[in-house]
Amino acid sequence: MELYSETRFFLMGDRGLLLEFGDEISAEVNEKVRKMALALQAEAMNGIIETVPTYRSLLVLYNPLIIPLEDLKRRLKQLEEGLKEISFPDPTLTKIPVLYGETFGPDLRKVAEYLHLTPEEVIRLHCSKPYFIYMIGFMPGFPYMGELPDALVTPRLKTPRLSVPAGSVAIAQKQTGIYPVESPGGWQILGRTPVKLFNPEKEPPALLRMGDLVQFYPISEKEFHEWNSQSPWPIGHSV
Amino acid sequence: MPEGSLRLERVATFEVLEPGILTTIQDLGRYGFSQFGVPPSGALDPFSCRVGNLLVGNPEGEASIETTVMGLKLKALREVVMAVTGGDLSPILNGEPLEMWRTHLLVEGDIINFKKVRTGCRAYLAASGGLIFPEVMGSRSTYLSGKFGGLDGRALKKGDILFTPDIRSSLSQLGFRFPGDWIPQFGKEALLRVISGPQDHHFTEKGLQTLSSSFYQVTPRCDRMGVRLDGPQIERRSDVDESIISEGLIAGAIQVPGDGKPIIILTELVTGGYTKIAAVISTDLSKVAQLKPGDRVRFAPVSVEEAHGLLREQEERLLKFKDFFEQR
Repeated sequence: MELYSETRFFLMGDRGLLLEFGDEISAEVNEKVRKMALALQAEAMNGIIETVPTYRSLLVLYNPLIIPLEDLKRRLKQLEEGLKEISFPDPTLTKIPVLYGETFGPDLRKVAEYLHLTPEEVIRLHCSKPYFIYMIGFMPGFPYMGELPDALVTPRLKTPRLSVPAGSVAIAQKQTGIYPVESPGGWQILGRTPVKLFNPEKEPPALLRMGDLVQFYPISEKEFHEWNSQSPWPIGHSV
Repeated sequence: MPEGSLRLERVATFEVLEPGILTTIQDLGRYGFSQFGVPPSGALDPFSCRVGNLLVGNPEGEASIETTVMGLKLKALREVVMAVTGGDLSPILNGEPLEMWRTHLLVEGDIINFKKVRTGCRAYLAASGGLIFPEVMGSRSTYLSGKFGGLDGRALKKGDILFTPDIRSSLSQLGFRFPGDWIPQFGKEALLRVISGPQDHHFTEKGLQTLSSSFYQVTPRCDRMGVRLDGPQIERRSDVDESIISEGLIAGAIQVPGDGKPIIILTELVTGGYTKIAAVISTDLSKVAQLKPGDRVRFAPVSVEEAHGLLREQEERLLKFKDFFEQR
Protein backbone atom coordinates (compact mmCIF):
# COMPACT_ATOMS: atom_id res chain seq x y z
CA MET A 1 0.00 0.00 0.00
CA GLU A 2 1.56 3.26 -1.10
CA LEU A 3 -1.25 5.78 -0.86
CA TYR A 4 -3.36 5.60 2.30
CA SER A 5 -7.00 4.87 1.52
CA GLU A 6 -7.79 7.69 3.92
CA THR A 7 -5.45 10.65 4.43
CA ARG A 8 -4.16 10.87 7.98
CA PHE A 9 -4.36 14.13 9.90
CA PHE A 10 -1.88 14.83 12.70
CA LEU A 11 -1.55 17.88 14.92
CA MET A 12 1.80 19.67 14.98
CA GLY A 13 1.28 22.08 17.84
CA ASP A 14 -1.73 24.41 17.92
CA ARG A 15 -1.07 26.03 14.52
CA GLY A 16 0.09 23.08 12.43
CA LEU A 17 -1.93 20.35 10.76
CA LEU A 18 0.03 17.60 9.04
CA LEU A 19 -1.66 15.75 6.19
CA GLU A 20 0.04 12.43 5.54
CA PHE A 21 -0.86 10.70 2.30
CA GLY A 22 1.28 7.57 2.41
CA ASP A 23 4.07 5.85 4.25
CA GLU A 24 6.80 5.69 1.64
CA ILE A 25 8.71 7.67 -0.93
CA SER A 26 6.89 7.18 -4.21
CA ALA A 27 5.85 9.22 -7.22
CA GLU A 28 2.18 8.49 -6.57
CA VAL A 29 2.20 9.74 -2.98
CA ASN A 30 4.35 12.73 -3.92
CA GLU A 31 1.94 13.65 -6.71
CA LYS A 32 -0.91 13.81 -4.23
CA VAL A 33 1.15 16.11 -1.99
CA ARG A 34 1.75 18.45 -4.92
CA LYS A 35 -1.87 18.37 -6.01
CA MET A 36 -3.07 19.21 -2.53
CA ALA A 37 -0.52 22.03 -2.21
CA LEU A 38 -1.63 23.41 -5.57
CA ALA A 39 -5.31 23.15 -4.68
CA LEU A 40 -4.70 24.97 -1.41
CA GLN A 41 -2.77 27.73 -3.16
CA ALA A 42 -5.54 28.18 -5.69
CA GLU A 43 -8.15 28.29 -2.94
CA ALA A 44 -6.29 31.09 -1.07
CA MET A 45 -8.13 30.10 2.10
CA ASN A 46 -8.35 32.74 4.81
CA GLY A 47 -6.25 31.89 7.86
CA ILE A 48 -3.69 29.68 6.07
CA ILE A 49 -0.23 31.02 6.82
CA GLU A 50 1.99 28.54 5.03
CA THR A 51 2.05 25.12 3.44
CA VAL A 52 5.15 22.91 3.55
CA PRO A 53 5.02 20.18 0.90
CA THR A 54 7.46 17.30 1.39
CA TYR A 55 7.92 13.68 0.20
CA ARG A 56 4.68 12.23 1.48
CA SER A 57 3.01 14.89 3.59
CA LEU A 58 1.81 18.47 3.58
CA LEU A 59 2.14 20.62 6.68
CA VAL A 60 -0.48 23.36 6.85
CA LEU A 61 0.20 26.28 9.17
CA TYR A 62 -3.01 28.05 10.12
CA ASN A 63 -4.29 30.73 12.42
CA PRO A 64 -6.91 28.99 14.59
CA LEU A 65 -8.50 32.33 15.48
CA ILE A 66 -9.32 32.90 11.80
CA ILE A 67 -10.08 29.34 10.76
CA PRO A 68 -11.04 26.92 13.55
CA LEU A 69 -9.37 23.50 13.35
CA GLU A 70 -12.57 21.59 12.62
CA ASP A 71 -13.49 23.97 9.77
CA LEU A 72 -9.99 23.65 8.39
CA LYS A 73 -10.15 19.84 8.43
CA ARG A 74 -13.57 19.86 6.78
CA ARG A 75 -12.45 22.20 4.00
CA LEU A 76 -9.26 20.25 3.40
CA LYS A 77 -11.30 17.06 3.03
CA GLN A 78 -13.56 18.83 0.53
CA LEU A 79 -10.53 20.01 -1.43
CA GLU A 80 -9.13 16.49 -1.43
CA GLU A 81 -12.28 15.16 -3.04
CA GLY A 82 -11.76 17.49 -6.00
CA LEU A 83 -8.09 16.62 -6.52
CA LYS A 84 -8.67 14.23 -9.39
CA GLU A 85 -9.55 17.16 -11.62
CA ILE A 86 -6.20 18.85 -11.04
CA SER A 87 -3.56 18.31 -13.70
CA PHE A 88 0.02 19.50 -13.71
CA PRO A 89 1.91 21.27 -16.45
CA ASP A 90 4.57 19.01 -18.01
CA PRO A 91 7.62 18.74 -15.78
CA THR A 92 10.60 20.91 -16.68
CA LEU A 93 13.92 19.19 -17.27
CA THR A 94 16.92 21.20 -16.09
CA LYS A 95 20.39 20.15 -17.16
CA ILE A 96 22.96 20.63 -14.43
CA PRO A 97 26.69 20.63 -15.31
CA VAL A 98 28.95 18.92 -12.77
CA LEU A 99 32.70 18.88 -12.36
CA TYR A 100 33.23 15.41 -10.86
CA GLY A 101 35.99 14.19 -8.60
CA GLU A 102 39.25 15.54 -7.14
CA THR A 103 38.79 18.39 -4.66
CA PHE A 104 35.33 19.14 -6.10
CA GLY A 105 34.07 15.62 -5.41
CA PRO A 106 36.13 14.39 -2.48
CA ASP A 107 34.08 11.20 -1.99
CA LEU A 108 34.04 10.01 -5.63
CA ARG A 109 36.96 7.59 -5.23
CA LYS A 110 35.73 6.07 -1.99
CA VAL A 111 32.21 5.70 -3.36
CA ALA A 112 33.61 3.94 -6.45
CA GLU A 113 35.65 1.58 -4.27
CA TYR A 114 32.63 0.86 -2.07
CA LEU A 115 30.52 0.06 -5.14
CA HIS A 116 33.30 -1.91 -6.90
CA LEU A 117 33.14 0.50 -9.83
CA THR A 118 35.61 2.86 -11.42
CA PRO A 119 35.09 6.61 -10.80
CA GLU A 120 34.26 6.93 -14.52
CA GLU A 121 31.50 4.33 -14.16
CA VAL A 122 30.08 6.18 -11.14
CA ILE A 123 29.98 9.42 -13.18
CA ARG A 124 28.39 7.66 -16.15
CA LEU A 125 25.72 6.08 -13.94
CA HIS A 126 25.02 9.33 -12.09
CA CYS A 127 24.45 11.03 -15.46
CA SER A 128 22.53 8.09 -16.94
CA LYS A 129 18.97 9.31 -16.30
CA PRO A 130 16.88 12.27 -15.25
CA TYR A 131 15.99 12.47 -11.54
CA PHE A 132 12.63 13.42 -10.11
CA ILE A 133 12.59 16.25 -7.52
CA TYR A 134 10.53 14.97 -4.60
CA MET A 135 10.90 18.09 -2.51
CA ILE A 136 12.97 21.20 -1.79
CA GLY A 137 13.94 21.34 1.85
CA PHE A 138 16.57 21.20 4.58
CA MET A 139 17.94 24.52 3.30
CA PRO A 140 16.94 27.05 0.62
CA GLY A 141 16.88 25.42 -2.81
CA PHE A 142 18.17 21.95 -1.79
CA PRO A 143 16.51 19.40 -4.11
CA TYR A 144 15.87 15.87 -2.80
CA MET A 145 15.98 13.74 -5.94
CA GLY A 146 15.71 10.09 -6.90
CA GLU A 147 15.88 7.31 -7.56
CA LEU A 148 19.55 6.57 -8.14
CA PRO A 149 20.39 3.51 -10.26
CA ASP A 150 20.65 0.50 -7.89
CA ALA A 151 24.36 0.21 -8.61
CA LEU A 152 24.91 3.66 -7.03
CA VAL A 153 23.11 3.17 -3.71
CA THR A 154 25.60 4.25 -1.01
CA PRO A 155 25.14 5.00 2.70
CA ARG A 156 25.69 8.44 4.19
CA LEU A 157 29.05 9.39 5.66
CA LYS A 158 29.51 7.99 9.18
CA THR A 159 30.59 11.41 10.40
CA PRO A 160 28.94 14.37 8.67
CA ARG A 161 31.22 17.16 7.43
CA LEU A 162 31.04 20.44 9.31
CA SER A 163 31.20 22.32 6.04
CA VAL A 164 30.13 21.30 2.55
CA PRO A 165 30.87 23.89 -0.17
CA ALA A 166 27.99 25.49 -2.09
CA GLY A 167 27.24 23.67 -5.35
CA SER A 168 28.30 20.24 -4.04
CA VAL A 169 26.50 17.39 -5.81
CA ALA A 170 26.05 14.44 -3.49
CA ILE A 171 24.36 11.09 -2.99
CA ALA A 172 22.92 9.24 0.03
CA GLN A 173 21.11 5.91 -0.11
CA LYS A 174 18.79 6.08 -3.14
CA GLN A 175 18.84 9.86 -3.31
CA THR A 176 20.91 12.57 -4.91
CA GLY A 177 20.96 16.27 -4.05
CA ILE A 178 22.79 19.55 -4.46
CA TYR A 179 23.90 21.82 -1.60
CA PRO A 180 22.91 25.35 -2.77
CA VAL A 181 24.74 27.11 0.05
CA GLU A 182 27.67 26.12 2.24
CA SER A 183 26.47 24.07 5.20
CA PRO A 184 27.20 21.01 7.32
CA GLY A 185 26.24 17.77 5.58
CA GLY A 186 26.51 14.01 5.66
CA TRP A 187 26.00 13.03 2.01
CA GLN A 188 28.79 11.62 -0.18
CA ILE A 189 30.08 14.38 -2.44
CA LEU A 190 30.73 13.34 -6.05
CA GLY A 191 31.29 16.74 -7.64
CA ARG A 192 30.34 20.39 -7.81
CA THR A 193 28.15 22.47 -10.09
CA PRO A 194 28.92 26.09 -10.99
CA VAL A 195 25.17 26.74 -11.33
CA LYS A 196 23.64 28.89 -8.62
CA LEU A 197 20.55 27.09 -7.29
CA PHE A 198 19.23 29.75 -5.01
CA ASN A 199 19.05 33.52 -5.22
CA PRO A 200 16.94 35.34 -2.62
CA GLU A 201 16.59 38.34 -4.94
CA LYS A 202 15.02 36.31 -7.76
CA GLU A 203 11.37 35.40 -8.25
CA PRO A 204 11.06 32.48 -7.72
CA PRO A 205 14.17 32.31 -5.55
CA ALA A 206 14.98 28.67 -6.31
CA LEU A 207 16.06 27.33 -9.69
CA LEU A 208 14.46 23.93 -9.14
CA ARG A 209 10.94 23.03 -8.14
CA MET A 210 9.33 20.03 -6.58
CA GLY A 211 7.92 17.76 -9.32
CA ASP A 212 10.45 18.77 -11.97
CA LEU A 213 13.37 16.79 -13.38
CA VAL A 214 17.15 17.18 -13.29
CA GLN A 215 19.71 15.64 -15.64
CA PHE A 216 23.38 15.87 -14.66
CA TYR A 217 26.21 16.04 -17.22
CA PRO A 218 29.96 16.12 -16.68
CA ILE A 219 32.07 19.19 -17.49
CA SER A 220 35.80 19.88 -17.41
CA GLU A 221 37.58 22.04 -14.86
CA LYS A 222 38.08 24.67 -17.58
CA GLU A 223 34.34 24.76 -18.33
CA PHE A 224 33.63 24.94 -14.61
CA HIS A 225 35.82 28.00 -14.14
CA GLU A 226 34.49 29.65 -17.29
CA TRP A 227 30.89 29.19 -16.23
CA ASN A 228 29.46 32.64 -16.07
CA SER A 229 27.79 32.96 -12.70
CA GLN A 230 25.96 36.01 -14.00
CA SER A 231 24.27 34.00 -16.75
CA PRO A 232 20.56 33.36 -16.28
CA TRP A 233 19.21 30.04 -15.05
CA PRO A 234 20.08 27.19 -17.40
CA ILE A 235 17.30 26.82 -19.91
CA GLY A 236 14.60 24.40 -18.87
CA HIS A 237 13.03 22.05 -21.40
CA SER A 238 9.59 20.59 -21.23
CA VAL A 239 9.59 16.84 -21.65
CA MET B 1 14.90 45.42 -3.56
CA PRO B 2 11.26 46.47 -3.18
CA GLU B 3 10.68 50.17 -3.67
CA GLY B 4 7.99 50.58 -1.04
CA SER B 5 10.25 49.96 1.88
CA LEU B 6 12.67 52.70 0.88
CA ARG B 7 10.32 55.38 -0.28
CA LEU B 8 10.47 57.26 3.02
CA GLU B 9 13.53 59.38 3.63
CA ARG B 10 15.71 57.47 6.02
CA VAL B 11 17.95 58.87 8.69
CA ALA B 12 20.80 57.32 10.62
CA THR B 13 19.39 56.55 14.08
CA PHE B 14 21.71 54.09 15.81
CA GLU B 15 25.37 53.28 15.59
CA VAL B 16 26.46 49.85 16.82
CA LEU B 17 29.35 50.42 19.24
CA GLU B 18 29.49 46.76 20.35
CA PRO B 19 27.42 44.01 18.72
CA GLY B 20 27.23 41.73 21.80
CA ILE B 21 27.04 37.95 21.60
CA LEU B 22 24.46 37.79 18.81
CA THR B 23 22.32 40.65 17.58
CA THR B 24 20.13 40.39 14.48
CA ILE B 25 17.33 42.28 12.76
CA GLN B 26 14.00 40.43 12.97
CA ASP B 27 10.35 40.98 12.19
CA LEU B 28 7.61 38.35 12.54
CA GLY B 29 9.04 36.04 9.87
CA ARG B 30 9.02 35.07 6.24
CA TYR B 31 6.09 32.92 5.18
CA GLY B 32 5.05 31.46 1.84
CA PHE B 33 8.48 30.26 0.68
CA SER B 34 8.86 26.94 2.43
CA GLN B 35 8.21 25.14 -0.88
CA PHE B 36 11.65 26.52 -1.85
CA GLY B 37 13.23 25.36 1.39
CA VAL B 38 13.09 28.77 3.08
CA PRO B 39 12.31 28.71 6.83
CA PRO B 40 10.39 31.57 8.48
CA SER B 41 13.15 33.04 10.68
CA GLY B 42 11.80 36.05 12.59
CA ALA B 43 11.73 37.05 16.26
CA LEU B 44 12.05 33.93 18.41
CA ASP B 45 9.89 35.62 21.04
CA PRO B 46 7.20 37.09 18.80
CA PHE B 47 5.09 38.32 21.73
CA SER B 48 7.84 40.59 23.07
CA CYS B 49 8.69 41.81 19.57
CA ARG B 50 5.05 42.69 18.90
CA VAL B 51 4.56 44.52 22.19
CA GLY B 52 7.74 46.54 21.60
CA ASN B 53 6.45 47.73 18.26
CA LEU B 54 2.99 48.55 19.61
CA LEU B 55 4.53 50.58 22.43
CA VAL B 56 6.39 52.86 20.02
CA GLY B 57 3.35 53.22 17.77
CA ASN B 58 4.42 50.85 15.01
CA PRO B 59 2.48 48.09 13.29
CA GLU B 60 3.38 45.01 15.32
CA GLY B 61 5.50 43.43 12.58
CA GLU B 62 8.10 46.16 12.05
CA ALA B 63 11.78 45.22 11.96
CA SER B 64 13.31 45.26 15.45
CA ILE B 65 16.61 44.40 17.04
CA GLU B 66 16.88 40.98 18.69
CA THR B 67 19.87 40.75 21.00
CA THR B 68 21.07 37.67 22.84
CA VAL B 69 22.43 37.38 26.41
CA MET B 70 24.62 40.49 26.68
CA GLY B 71 27.05 42.96 25.23
CA LEU B 72 25.08 45.04 22.71
CA LYS B 73 25.98 48.73 22.94
CA LEU B 74 24.26 51.33 20.77
CA LYS B 75 24.65 55.06 20.35
CA ALA B 76 21.63 57.17 19.38
CA LEU B 77 22.47 59.44 16.45
CA ARG B 78 19.23 61.40 16.68
CA GLU B 79 16.11 61.79 18.75
CA VAL B 80 14.08 58.58 18.73
CA VAL B 81 11.26 56.98 20.70
CA MET B 82 12.14 53.40 21.60
CA ALA B 83 11.21 50.52 23.90
CA VAL B 84 12.96 47.41 25.16
CA THR B 85 10.96 44.21 25.74
CA GLY B 86 11.68 40.48 26.13
CA GLY B 87 14.19 38.99 28.53
CA ASP B 88 15.77 41.26 31.14
CA LEU B 89 19.36 41.72 29.93
CA SER B 90 19.89 44.70 32.26
CA PRO B 91 19.47 47.48 29.72
CA ILE B 92 21.35 50.63 30.76
CA LEU B 93 20.81 54.15 29.42
CA ASN B 94 23.74 56.51 29.99
CA GLY B 95 24.79 54.49 33.03
CA GLU B 96 21.31 54.26 34.62
CA PRO B 97 19.00 51.22 34.49
CA LEU B 98 16.41 51.56 31.73
CA GLU B 99 12.87 50.47 32.52
CA MET B 100 11.69 47.78 30.14
CA TRP B 101 8.22 47.41 28.58
CA ARG B 102 7.75 51.19 28.31
CA THR B 103 8.67 53.92 25.84
CA HIS B 104 11.64 56.24 26.23
CA LEU B 105 12.91 59.19 24.27
CA LEU B 106 16.56 58.94 23.34
CA VAL B 107 18.45 62.02 22.22
CA GLU B 108 21.56 62.31 20.11
CA GLY B 109 24.58 60.91 21.91
CA ASP B 110 22.64 58.66 24.32
CA ILE B 111 24.27 55.31 24.93
CA ILE B 112 22.26 52.18 25.59
CA ASN B 113 23.88 48.90 26.52
CA PHE B 114 22.84 45.45 27.68
CA LYS B 115 25.01 44.54 30.60
CA LYS B 116 24.13 41.05 31.76
CA VAL B 117 21.33 38.52 31.88
CA ARG B 118 18.98 38.93 34.76
CA THR B 119 16.15 36.77 33.37
CA GLY B 120 15.48 35.25 29.95
CA CYS B 121 17.89 35.22 27.04
CA ARG B 122 16.76 37.62 24.32
CA ALA B 123 15.69 41.26 24.37
CA TYR B 124 13.98 43.30 21.66
CA LEU B 125 14.52 46.94 20.85
CA ALA B 126 11.81 48.63 18.80
CA ALA B 127 12.21 52.13 17.38
CA SER B 128 9.45 54.49 16.35
CA GLY B 129 8.81 54.12 12.59
CA GLY B 130 10.63 50.78 12.50
CA LEU B 131 14.18 50.03 11.40
CA ILE B 132 14.58 50.35 7.65
CA PHE B 133 15.79 47.28 5.82
CA PRO B 134 14.86 45.95 2.39
CA GLU B 135 12.33 43.15 2.31
CA VAL B 136 13.65 39.84 1.05
CA MET B 137 10.78 37.54 0.13
CA GLY B 138 8.38 39.76 2.00
CA SER B 139 10.29 39.96 5.28
CA ARG B 140 13.15 41.85 6.91
CA SER B 141 14.07 38.95 9.18
CA THR B 142 17.68 37.81 9.21
CA TYR B 143 18.12 34.18 8.20
CA LEU B 144 21.63 33.48 9.46
CA SER B 145 22.42 30.15 7.80
CA GLY B 146 20.84 31.30 4.51
CA LYS B 147 22.84 34.55 4.74
CA PHE B 148 20.00 36.82 3.65
CA GLY B 149 17.46 39.19 5.19
CA GLY B 150 18.04 41.85 7.83
CA LEU B 151 21.43 43.47 7.45
CA ASP B 152 23.09 41.50 4.62
CA GLY B 153 21.92 38.25 6.20
CA ARG B 154 24.34 38.55 9.07
CA ALA B 155 24.58 39.46 12.74
CA LEU B 156 25.19 43.15 13.49
CA LYS B 157 28.79 44.21 13.93
CA LYS B 158 30.69 47.17 15.29
CA GLY B 159 30.23 50.28 13.17
CA ASP B 160 26.90 49.28 11.60
CA ILE B 161 24.48 52.16 11.22
CA LEU B 162 20.75 51.51 11.60
CA PHE B 163 18.22 53.76 9.91
CA THR B 164 14.63 54.74 10.68
CA PRO B 165 12.14 56.81 8.66
CA ASP B 166 12.52 60.57 8.87
CA ILE B 167 9.43 61.24 10.93
CA ARG B 168 9.21 63.37 14.03
CA SER B 169 9.10 61.31 17.16
CA SER B 170 5.61 61.19 18.49
CA LEU B 171 6.12 62.59 21.95
CA SER B 172 2.57 61.66 22.88
CA GLN B 173 3.80 58.09 23.18
CA LEU B 174 6.34 58.84 25.86
CA GLY B 175 6.04 56.94 29.10
CA PHE B 176 3.62 54.37 27.70
CA ARG B 177 3.81 51.16 29.66
CA PHE B 178 2.67 47.66 28.91
CA PRO B 179 0.42 46.59 31.83
CA GLY B 180 2.62 45.01 34.50
CA ASP B 181 0.47 41.94 35.08
CA TRP B 182 0.59 41.14 31.35
CA ILE B 183 4.37 41.14 31.19
CA PRO B 184 5.62 37.57 30.82
CA GLN B 185 7.91 36.36 33.59
CA PHE B 186 10.96 34.40 32.55
CA GLY B 187 12.62 32.41 35.33
CA LYS B 188 15.25 29.72 35.54
CA GLU B 189 12.49 27.15 35.25
CA ALA B 190 9.84 27.03 32.57
CA LEU B 191 6.71 24.95 32.32
CA LEU B 192 6.03 24.43 28.62
CA ARG B 193 2.59 23.31 27.58
CA VAL B 194 2.64 20.93 24.64
CA ILE B 195 0.31 19.16 22.25
CA SER B 196 1.22 15.52 21.63
CA GLY B 197 2.20 14.45 18.15
CA PRO B 198 2.62 14.14 15.28
CA GLN B 199 4.73 11.03 16.07
CA ASP B 200 3.80 10.41 19.71
CA HIS B 201 2.78 6.89 18.63
CA HIS B 202 6.47 6.15 17.92
CA PHE B 203 7.16 6.25 21.67
CA THR B 204 6.30 3.87 24.46
CA GLU B 205 3.89 4.69 27.26
CA LYS B 206 6.95 4.97 29.47
CA GLY B 207 8.60 7.38 27.00
CA LEU B 208 5.54 9.64 27.00
CA GLN B 209 5.52 9.52 30.81
CA THR B 210 9.20 10.49 30.87
CA LEU B 211 8.49 13.56 28.76
CA SER B 212 5.66 14.81 30.96
CA SER B 213 7.22 14.01 34.34
CA SER B 214 10.91 14.92 34.02
CA PHE B 215 13.00 18.04 34.28
CA TYR B 216 15.23 18.78 31.30
CA GLN B 217 18.22 21.04 31.36
CA VAL B 218 19.08 23.47 28.56
CA THR B 219 22.52 22.62 27.17
CA PRO B 220 24.98 25.15 25.70
CA ARG B 221 24.02 23.79 22.29
CA CYS B 222 21.24 26.21 21.54
CA ASP B 223 20.93 28.74 18.75
CA ARG B 224 18.26 30.22 16.49
CA MET B 225 17.61 26.78 15.00
CA GLY B 226 16.88 24.92 18.20
CA VAL B 227 17.32 24.32 21.91
CA ARG B 228 19.03 21.05 22.78
CA LEU B 229 18.03 19.57 26.13
CA ASP B 230 19.64 17.08 28.45
CA GLY B 231 17.79 14.78 30.82
CA PRO B 232 16.14 11.37 31.00
CA GLN B 233 16.14 9.47 27.74
CA ILE B 234 12.74 9.19 26.08
CA GLU B 235 11.98 5.57 25.20
CA ARG B 236 11.02 4.81 21.66
CA ARG B 237 9.04 1.80 20.49
CA SER B 238 11.42 -0.89 19.32
CA ASP B 239 9.47 -1.61 16.13
CA VAL B 240 9.80 1.87 14.57
CA ASP B 241 12.76 3.55 12.89
CA GLU B 242 14.68 6.33 14.59
CA SER B 243 14.12 8.58 11.62
CA ILE B 244 11.08 9.34 9.51
CA ILE B 245 10.66 10.51 5.93
CA SER B 246 11.50 14.25 6.05
CA GLU B 247 8.51 16.49 6.67
CA GLY B 248 7.71 20.13 7.45
CA LEU B 249 8.55 21.68 10.82
CA ILE B 250 6.97 24.31 13.02
CA ALA B 251 8.63 26.39 15.76
CA GLY B 252 8.07 24.59 19.04
CA ALA B 253 8.19 21.07 17.58
CA ILE B 254 10.05 18.71 19.94
CA GLN B 255 12.31 16.35 18.03
CA VAL B 256 13.67 13.24 19.67
CA PRO B 257 16.74 11.98 17.79
CA GLY B 258 18.42 8.59 18.33
CA ASP B 259 19.92 9.51 21.71
CA GLY B 260 16.46 10.10 23.19
CA LYS B 261 17.23 13.68 24.30
CA PRO B 262 14.68 16.24 23.10
CA ILE B 263 15.46 19.26 20.91
CA ILE B 264 12.96 22.13 20.65
CA ILE B 265 12.93 23.48 17.10
CA LEU B 266 12.95 27.25 16.59
CA THR B 267 12.32 29.32 13.47
CA GLU B 268 15.35 28.68 11.26
CA LEU B 269 14.49 25.15 10.15
CA VAL B 270 11.99 24.16 7.46
CA THR B 271 12.04 20.35 7.25
CA GLY B 272 13.45 17.50 9.27
CA GLY B 273 13.59 13.73 9.47
CA TYR B 274 13.47 13.12 13.22
CA THR B 275 10.39 11.98 15.10
CA LYS B 276 8.49 14.67 16.96
CA ILE B 277 6.87 13.55 20.18
CA ALA B 278 4.99 16.85 20.77
CA ALA B 279 5.04 20.57 20.02
CA VAL B 280 5.04 23.57 22.36
CA ILE B 281 1.87 25.68 22.08
CA SER B 282 2.04 29.16 20.48
CA THR B 283 1.57 31.13 23.68
CA ASP B 284 4.55 29.36 25.30
CA LEU B 285 6.99 29.97 22.42
CA SER B 286 8.18 33.14 24.18
CA LYS B 287 9.28 31.00 27.10
CA VAL B 288 11.24 28.74 24.74
CA ALA B 289 12.95 31.76 23.15
CA GLN B 290 13.98 32.96 26.60
CA LEU B 291 15.69 29.70 27.65
CA LYS B 292 19.41 29.79 28.16
CA PRO B 293 21.99 27.14 29.03
CA GLY B 294 21.48 25.89 32.58
CA ASP B 295 17.74 26.70 32.74
CA ARG B 296 15.33 23.84 33.38
CA VAL B 297 12.11 22.96 31.61
CA ARG B 298 9.17 20.65 32.18
CA PHE B 299 6.52 19.68 29.68
CA ALA B 300 2.78 19.50 30.33
CA PRO B 301 0.45 18.05 27.69
CA VAL B 302 -2.69 20.09 27.02
CA SER B 303 -5.52 19.73 24.52
CA VAL B 304 -5.56 21.71 21.30
CA GLU B 305 -8.79 23.37 22.46
CA GLU B 306 -7.04 24.61 25.59
CA ALA B 307 -4.13 25.93 23.51
CA HIS B 308 -6.48 27.79 21.19
CA GLY B 309 -8.27 29.27 24.20
CA LEU B 310 -4.98 30.56 25.60
CA LEU B 311 -4.07 32.01 22.22
CA ARG B 312 -7.44 33.77 22.00
CA GLU B 313 -6.90 35.22 25.48
CA GLN B 314 -3.46 36.53 24.50
CA GLU B 315 -4.70 38.07 21.27
CA GLU B 316 -7.64 39.72 23.04
CA ARG B 317 -5.23 41.32 25.50
CA LEU B 318 -3.06 42.64 22.71
CA LEU B 319 -6.12 43.95 20.94
CA LYS B 320 -7.26 45.71 24.11
CA PHE B 321 -3.80 47.19 24.44
CA LYS B 322 -3.92 48.45 20.84
CA ASP B 323 -7.38 49.97 21.39
CA PHE B 324 -6.20 51.70 24.53
CA PHE B 325 -3.36 53.24 22.50
CA GLU B 326 -5.56 54.39 19.72
CA GLN B 327 -7.89 56.15 22.13
CA ARG B 328 -5.06 58.19 23.62
